[in-house]
Amino acid sequence: MEWINIIVQGILVGGLYALFATGLSLIFGVMRLVNIAHGDLIIAAAYLAYTVIQLTGLHPLASLVVVLPLSALFGYGLQLAVLNRTLDKGILPPLLVTFGLSIIIQNFLLETFSADSRRLNAGAIEISSFSLMPGLDIGYVPLLTFACAVAVVWGLQYLFYHSPMGRSFRAVSDDPEVSQLMGLNNRTVYAAAMALSMVVVAIAGVLLAIRSNFDPFMGPGRLIFGFEAVIIGGLGNLWGTLAGGVILGVAQAVGAQIDPGWQLLAGHIVFLLILAVRPQGLFPKGVA
Amino acid sequence: MNRFHVTRATGLSRFALALSVLLVVVLAAAPWWGSTATLRLIGEMMIYLALASLWNLLAGYTGLVSVGQQAYVGFGGYMLFTIALYLGWNPLVAIPLAGLAAALVSIPVAKLVFRLNGAYFAIGTWVVAEVFRLGFAQMSSLGGGSGSSLPVAIMRDMASSKAMRESLIYWAALALGAGSVAFVYLLLRSRIGLALTAIRDNETASSSLGIAIPRIKLAVYVCVAAATAMVGALIFLQKLRIAPDAAFSVNDWTVLVIFMVVIGGIGTIEGPIIGTILFFVLREFLADLGSVYLMILGALAIAVMMLSPQGIWGLIAGRRGLSLFPVGYRVETRGEKP
Repeated sequence: MEWINIIVQGILVGGLYALFATGLSLIFGVMRLVNIAHGDLIIAAAYLAYTVIQLTGLHPLASLVVVLPLSALFGYGLQLAVLNRTLDKGILPPLLVTFGLSIIIQNFLLETFSADSRRLNAGAIEISSFSLMPGLDIGYVPLLTFACAVAVVWGLQYLFYHSPMGRSFRAVSDDPEVSQLMGLNNRTVYAAAMALSMVVVAIAGVLLAIRSNFDPFMGPGRLIFGFEAVIIGGLGNLWGTLAGGVILGVAQAVGAQIDPGWQLLAGHIVFLLILAVRPQGLFPKGVA
Repeated sequence: MNRFHVTRATGLSRFALALSVLLVVVLAAAPWWGSTATLRLIGEMMIYLALASLWNLLAGYTGLVSVGQQAYVGFGGYMLFTIALYLGWNPLVAIPLAGLAAALVSIPVAKLVFRLNGAYFAIGTWVVAEVFRLGFAQMSSLGGGSGSSLPVAIMRDMASSKAMRESLIYWAALALGAGSVAFVYLLLRSRIGLALTAIRDNETASSSLGIAIPRIKLAVYVCVAAATAMVGALIFLQKLRIAPDAAFSVNDWTVLVIFMVVIGGIGTIEGPIIGTILFFVLREFLADLGSVYLMILGALAIAVMMLSPQGIWGLIAGRRGLSLFPVGYRVETRGEKP
């Protein structure tokens, strides 16, 4: 029973990792950009929510009404002003520019909010849970997180294959030159993709901040979890990414049960094992 | 008559080479003319020069953008402590042995991370560095998460007087700093350098011409890992204390190094040298700003990448094709114009 509980909790945490991962995966899919600052943007979104709550007294989940559009706008502007200029110049410029961005965000957060760890107070929902069976309690926040992950993956999947925006994403991803000939403006398509990625980042940031404490230097760790979920699941497959997040979450939960020092190590080892045995990931992109 | 000839050296490069040799001789004599503080500062500069040159070889010339070189810095440090504490050998002997151990470890690591392409490779190397950090934190024989110190007796073995110990560590730093630049320079002038240039310019074409790309990338990765571990061993010999968080610090051993190389000029031999000097000059003036200093460095690196991807050296050398350490060939005309 104890182990079932551990695995179920691991699966639910996996939803959060999948949320970290989908934004990363979306950007890579559309413009082959790996955003090293992705984790720091998640933490920045958490701090944005923190600030909004301080100013307005809104509930953390309600703060998304402000945080989501601001994040999307930031992503759109960032892509147009900075990141678009680094594409098509080889792998170094986008990598190093987002790397610099990551350091700037971390130190900006440190300057503004100090190194103290914070938490968003979501009230009663934070600690309430229901009992599925004796010894297996499910918290509402983890469940909500997992439900959000499923909804985000489903929503992105739908958007990709059933909307004009998704069609433009797929077009620039398949062939940026031809899509431009067909009348798409690649620069704004990329900006839209980054805005969408930032929406997922904001959701992930707020849910993370309700679940656990956060501080300015947590970003790189979240980037690594998201990245591991992407690789475990297989590049270009969003449902695979969700599965990858779940596998990572379960591995960490089981590792933590064996020895607290093994929580992160177990996740990394599972990732390295999968990389060794099946480098294309468990569910590589097949027929969509 | 033959009006064209192919050459590598220019008047400028001969001058630069002579000046570099002279500089190394002057620096080697520093224990006789400099104070302890001077030795420390130059030693630290040499350590960063080595890390920057090595990372530049990896990222700028071989296309392996690693964000996880702190794995080998920390590994080298821990190897030095293991050899000194448990075998009782002279720490100076432990430095090359740490390099050798890192070379052996880096082969399976490379087999794994090379499966990731381009930018994902970067994060993959970071995961490996985290595994190293968490792994060494689990080793209670080396102090676990809180780390361990080198006993005074071991340091006395190295040299009896404090001044002599400081000089030895300084010379080791100088050897690694100047040696790394020389290694990169000579490697790039060799057949491997030619292959690397070909890979950089067009991977597919160079592969079809018979260049064994994976083997060359692996060779460079392993060499850089070994040299980085030797630098790491020296760093922690100087600090006398090692703990996982300091040993595998991404900020100290990778972030700063990347900024130096990018700002100085990635993919050039001169870039890391300029970047290191500039970093230490800026630090003198801005270090009090703390985290703002890092933000300035980050913004500078972004600006350089967007405006002049070849960095400060690229701006200086520009289209004039200046090169202090030429690795390519140039065609020169002599005599009257045809």
